[in-house]
Amino acid sequence: MTDEAHVRSAVAGGLAEGPPRAAIQVVPLRGLPVVGAILVFLIVAIAGNWRWALDLFHVAGGGLWTAIDLFVGLVVGPILGRLSIPARAEFSARFMPKMVLIMPTLVVMTLAAGFQLAIDLGNLEPSSPNHGWLVASFAIVGVMSVIALGVLEPANIAVLFEMRKPLPDGEVIAKLMKRFVYTAGILGLMQVGTLVIMTRVATQ
Amino acid sequence: MIARVDTPSPGGSPRWLPPVTQLQVGALALVIVGGVYMASYFPQRPPLALPIALLAASVTMSAIGAVMLARVRDFAWDTFLLVGRWALLAYVIQAGMIEYAFVHNHARGAPLVVVTLMLVMFAITIPTVIAFTVARYEVVQPVQSHT
Repeated sequence: MTDEAHVRSAVAGGLAEGPPRAAIQVVPLRGLPVVGAILVFLIVAIAGNWRWALDLFHVAGGGLWTAIDLFVGLVVGPILGRLSIPARAEFSARFMPKMVLIMPTLVVMTLAAGFQLAIDLGNLEPSSPNHGWLVASFAIVGVMSVIALGVLEPANIAVLFEMRKPLPDGEVIAKLMKRFVYTAGILGLMQVGTLVIMTRVATQ
Repeated sequence: MIARVDTPSPGGSPRWLPPVTQLQVGALALVIVGGVYMASYFPQRPPLALPIALLAASVTMSAIGAVMLARVRDFAWDTFLLVGRWALLAYVIQAGMIEYAFVHNHARGAPLVVVTLMLVMFAITIPTVIAFTVARYEVVQPVQSHT
């Protein structure tokens, strides 16, 4: 009965007719040393208060974070929505594991380096003209964190586990991918607000 | 307070599960609001009444979610524990980075304790949501009743 339910669902979703699927690794192990090296470098940069490295982590990390969110939400998402379910599944199987490593790393890089920069530059002092802007950016990042950690990340992982099943449910994958892409787009748009605040803070 | 979710059952029909995601995400939101409030005062010492109230509410919401989840029968607990374990490791590392940033900038005493407890909630709620989201789409065989 269990198998029948699976087969029905997968055939309805179109996956049974797709090409042979490669084994899916939820966390790409080859990327872990790179993530580890970035985190160690980040800790050293914060400990040493290296301005150039903190700037690098914050600006490059924030730029990549925003660009990837906007690209996924506004460019990849609509394209994905028009593909057949097997094609979506094929794309997701290769795309989502990379996002599992890339996005949390970019978030940690950007936020940790940014907090340290704000303290070093005195922007968090109540007397600073940038204080209010930074608190506003904290609020935006707070909302983004709830969406990203409570909705986007679980959808990402759940898609990967669904893909690993012998007969994945195409409808479940489509539903979770839609959730992933929409939330990525919303986060990208909110990131634009953060970019406006950050450029104002940097030039004030 | 029951949420309808389309969790597959062996019969292929939707199952009913408690609103674990909503409760845990709500608990996460409360500690994030508290964290933003405290960070906005940093490096000065923030008033602690509001962050402590938010933390207490967060712990309560999360505990209610955990109790409701523990009472669910026919749930993919193996998958939940597998995913939860690795997600917990990842988010303990992230929480550790945030804690490090505060300690490095001389956060001490009661504010550090409150921040640490908020980070504990951060590191618990997110893995719970991730593990629940994955496990609820697993097909499980019902537990046989002997009554």
